[in-house]
Amino acid sequence: MEALISLAVKAIFVENLALSFFLGMCTFIAVSKKISTAIGLGVSVIIVQTITVPANNIILTYLLKPGALAWAGFPDVDLTFLGLISYIGVIAALVQILEMVLDKYFPPLYNALGIFLPLITVNCAILGGSLFMVERDYNFSEATTYGIASGFGWALAIATMAGVREKLKYSDIPDGLQGLGITFITAGLMAMAFMCFSGVKL
Amino acid sequence: MSQTRKQLLIDPLVDNNPITLQVLGICSALAVTSSLNVAFVMSLAVIAVTGFSSLFISMLRNYIPNSIRIIVQMVIIASLVILVDQIIKAYAYEISKTLSVFVGLIITNCIVMGRAEAFAMKNTPVDSFIDGVGNGLGYGLLLMCVGVVRELFGSGTLFGVTILDPVSNGGWYVPNGLLLLPPSAFFIIGFLIWGVRSWKKSQVEAREYKIQTLEVH
Repeated sequence: MEALISLAVKAIFVENLALSFFLGMCTFIAVSKKISTAIGLGVSVIIVQTITVPANNIILTYLLKPGALAWAGFPDVDLTFLGLISYIGVIAALVQILEMVLDKYFPPLYNALGIFLPLITVNCAILGGSLFMVERDYNFSEATTYGIASGFGWALAIATMAGVREKLKYSDIPDGLQGLGITFITAGLMAMAFMCFSGVKL
Repeated sequence: MSQTRKQLLIDPLVDNNPITLQVLGICSALAVTSSLNVAFVMSLAVIAVTGFSSLFISMLRNYIPNSIRIIVQMVIIASLVILVDQIIKAYAYEISKTLSVFVGLIITNCIVMGRAEAFAMKNTPVDSFIDGVGNGLGYGLLLMCVGVVRELFGSGTLFGVTILDPVSNGGWYVPNGLLLLPPSAFFIIGFLIWGVRSWKKSQVEAREYKIQTLEVH
């Protein structure tokens, strides 16, 4: 249990997907103009991440790993090279299913999340989460914890970013730095602040 | 090469750079630039994937039903990325370790998807291929710029060859460790955008609010 908690804290703060691995940057920059939309997107990322990371973990253990197909009578088959295509397939399919389920049973949430759900398929944070799960060889419970925590970390980052940007638009910024430029520099300052969680290692 | 095709290749380098202007594919631009070797391999991988995915998608564009086009594009891109990933693992294993998940993440790199949607679905295969390569080059160019700054001032080397002799080696240069850390990539790209936009004034974004000035009557 302790190991799982420390994994979660590490995934939220120290190894924040957005600010220390730069995943999901495109949406991070594009959708962080208003706090309300940023929180909507953040919540959808948490939901999708919580489902896809464990799902991909199951696929990896029972279908792709060397020897994983022993139950079907193929103990020598190694399908890990099909990893990338199956993870993205799982993500695309799950996002589609989630969209339909929400539309049928939770219309208010569906309307609130709106266009963000399909956008999430191409969010690198989601695929990145699954790939880190594979690279670090997590088991099922670690994968679930990592999924929830990394999604939460990303949501936290985009919500704070939106908060800063809402204030920032009133300030007097040099012409060339307007918009994109200052957003990058703000993100850099935030990334530095997040580094304090691990202690700056130079 | 005709005039328009040359334009397709050169335009994305500065005038319509995928990173500084279209805000696409920044994720990997920041993460893989702490050393030039890695940035170089990554740029080559992205150029290959954008070029060929645009080519194949454009060849198939009249046969892809509109409703499932995203999935079809994804499958084409993912297959190409698997190829690239296997090649890098076979011929540059050390670098593939440093790149870790970022080769796989080319699948969700918005430049690839963006060019497929915006250009390859409407144009002929050769044009699309050139457009894809051009955008890949634009991405690569920015990656190399950031990589040069980070590696030269962060560890005093370029492509692993010592340029500025570091103090630890008996030289004079004190390496700026900050540049090897993640946040510096944000600052460098931010300042780079500032530079490009001061040079090409038309890229400046409009202000949302103006500071009111007192008018003296």
